[in-house]
Amino acid sequence: MNDEVLKMTSVVKRFAHHEVLRDVSLTLHRHEVVCLIGASGSGKSTLLRCANLLETIDGGDIELFGQSLLDPRIDPDLVRRHMGTVFQSFNLFPHLSVLENIALGPVRALKRPFDDVRDEAMALLARIGLQDRAREFPDRLSGGQQQRVAIVRSLAMRPSLLLLDEVTSALDPTLVGEVLDLLTDLATSGTTMLIATHEMSFARDVAHQVAFLDNGVLVEQGPPDQVFERPRHDATRVFLERVR
Amino acid sequence: MSSDTDAPASDAPPQLFASRRRLIFKGRNGLVASLTSSAALVAVILLILFATAGGQSFRFYFFNPHFLWIALRGDPVKAVSSVLGGIVTNIWIFLLCEVLVLFFGLVIAWVRITTTPLLVPFRLLATVYADIFRGIPFVLVIYIVGYGIPQLSLGALSNESPAVYGCIALTLTYSAYVSEVYRAGLHSVPHGQILAARSLGLTQYATMRRVVLPQAVRTVIPPLLNDFISLQKDTALVSLIGVVETSRAAQIGQETYFNGSFLTMSALLFLAMTIPMTRFTDHLIDRDREKRLAGAQ
Repeated sequence: MNDEVLKMTSVVKRFAHHEVLRDVSLTLHRHEVVCLIGASGSGKSTLLRCANLLETIDGGDIELFGQSLLDPRIDPDLVRRHMGTVFQSFNLFPHLSVLENIALGPVRALKRPFDDVRDEAMALLARIGLQDRAREFPDRLSGGQQQRVAIVRSLAMRPSLLLLDEVTSALDPTLVGEVLDLLTDLATSGTTMLIATHEMSFARDVAHQVAFLDNGVLVEQGPPDQVFERPRHDATRVFLERVR
Repeated sequence: MSSDTDAPASDAPPQLFASRRRLIFKGRNGLVASLTSSAALVAVILLILFATAGGQSFRFYFFNPHFLWIALRGDPVKAVSSVLGGIVTNIWIFLLCEVLVLFFGLVIAWVRITTTPLLVPFRLLATVYADIFRGIPFVLVIYIVGYGIPQLSLGALSNESPAVYGCIALTLTYSAYVSEVYRAGLHSVPHGQILAARSLGLTQYATMRRVVLPQAVRTVIPPLLNDFISLQKDTALVSLIGVVETSRAAQIGQETYFNGSFLTMSALLFLAMTIPMTRFTDHLIDRDREKRLAGAQ
C-alpha cells in the first residue's frame, strides 16, 4: 500500500507579485516526521497554510492520500478535518473552557455526541497532565500548558497528520521544553507530522526528514544527519552557521 | 568620561519637590480642593435659581408643585393626559424595538461579513440599507413610514396604529446603527481565532456561531447599551405622527395650563428610565476596562 499521506508537487504561491513559494515539492509518509527549517519569511508558514487550504496555491498540486486537493469537488472543511493544525500563538478559544476547546471540533464539525467526546478529551488531557484543569479557561494556563492543550485539541479530531507552525516560538524559553517533550512523545508513537521550527536540536533528534527552505525555494532535503552534518548547499551551510 | 545621560554639571541634587501651587491639590489637600469646587458649583446653581431677577418666574414655570402633580395625574376634564400614563407607551415601544433591533441588527451585520456566494445580493442590499438608514434624519424616516405605509394599501399593514409605524421607523433606523456596532464587534475578534476554528474543520457558519459571535457579543455590549439609551429617548419622536406618549402629553399640558412643569415631569420620567441604563453601561465599561488592564500585565 502506498503510504504517502501528503504530497506537494511543484507548489507555487504568490502574494501580489512576490513569489513566496517556488516549485516546492515535499512528501510526507505515514508515521513520518518532517521538519521545515529556514529563516523567518522563507515560506514555512505559507507552505503549511497551503497544505490545509487556508491559502490557495498558484501552481503545482497538493495530494492528500492520493487525491488532488485542487479538484473543484473538494470540500476544504472536510480536508481540514484530516489535518490538525497548531499555531505559534496557540489560538485557543478564550470563551470556552479547556475541555470545551478540545471538544468543539469533534462535536460541531464531526457531529459526535458530547459524552463520547468528553471521555476522549479527558484522556487526552490526562496524557499531558492537565486533567485537573479541564474546567478552567485558557487564560488561567501558562503558555506551555496552552500550547499543549492546542496540540491535543487538534488530536481530538483524530487527524491523519499534524501541521505545526513554529509552536514554540511564542513561548518563554523555560516553557519550550514541555511542548517539545510532547511532540517527541507523539513522534515516538508514530504521529505523522509536518513541523515548521527554529529548534534545530529538536529537528535533529526527532525528524526523519529535514527540509530547508530559503526564500521560497526548497533548497535541500534529507535525513537530519546529512542536512545538519554534511549540507550540500552553501545556503544551508550559511543558515546553519547563523543559528548555531 | 562623559556620556549622553550625564546630568548637567552641578553638585546640588536635582529639585524634585512639587511647586507650592501644585501642592494645594495633593494628598489630603485634594479633598479640600474637591469640596471647595463642589460647593462653588452648587452655589452658582442656587444663585441662578433664587437670586437672579428671572429666577422666581423660572421656578414657577418649571418647578410648580401643583402643576407637577397634575402632570403626573392628568386632567380628564381638560383632556390633558397623564405624563406618567404616557411614559408607559414609551416603555413598551422601547422594549419591543429593542428586541427587534437586536435581532435585525445582528442579521444585517452577519450578512455583511459572511462571504457565502448565496448571500452576495443580500450583502449588497444590507450595505445599501445600512447606508440609507444611517444617512436619513430619523424625523424624516418617521414621517415617511408613518404617512407612507398607510398609502401603500398593504392590507392589514396599512391599517395599523401610528404607534406601530413609530416602532417600524425606530427599528429601521436603529437596526442600521446597531448592525454597525455588531460588525465592529465581529471584526474585533482576532483572525487567529477564525483560522483555528476553520482548521478544526468547522464550517463558516459554525465558526461564526461558536467562535466569533460569543466573543464579539462581550465587546459589543457597552456600545450596544449606549445605542439603547438613545433609543429610549427617541421613542419621544413617535409623537410626530400622532402618538400621545409622555413628551406629547407634557406638551398638551403645557399648552393648556401655560406651565412648563409638565415638561419637567416628563423629563424626570425619562431620566428615571435612562439613568439606571447609563449607570449600568458605565459599570460594564469600567469592569471590561479593569479586566483588560488585569490581562495586560
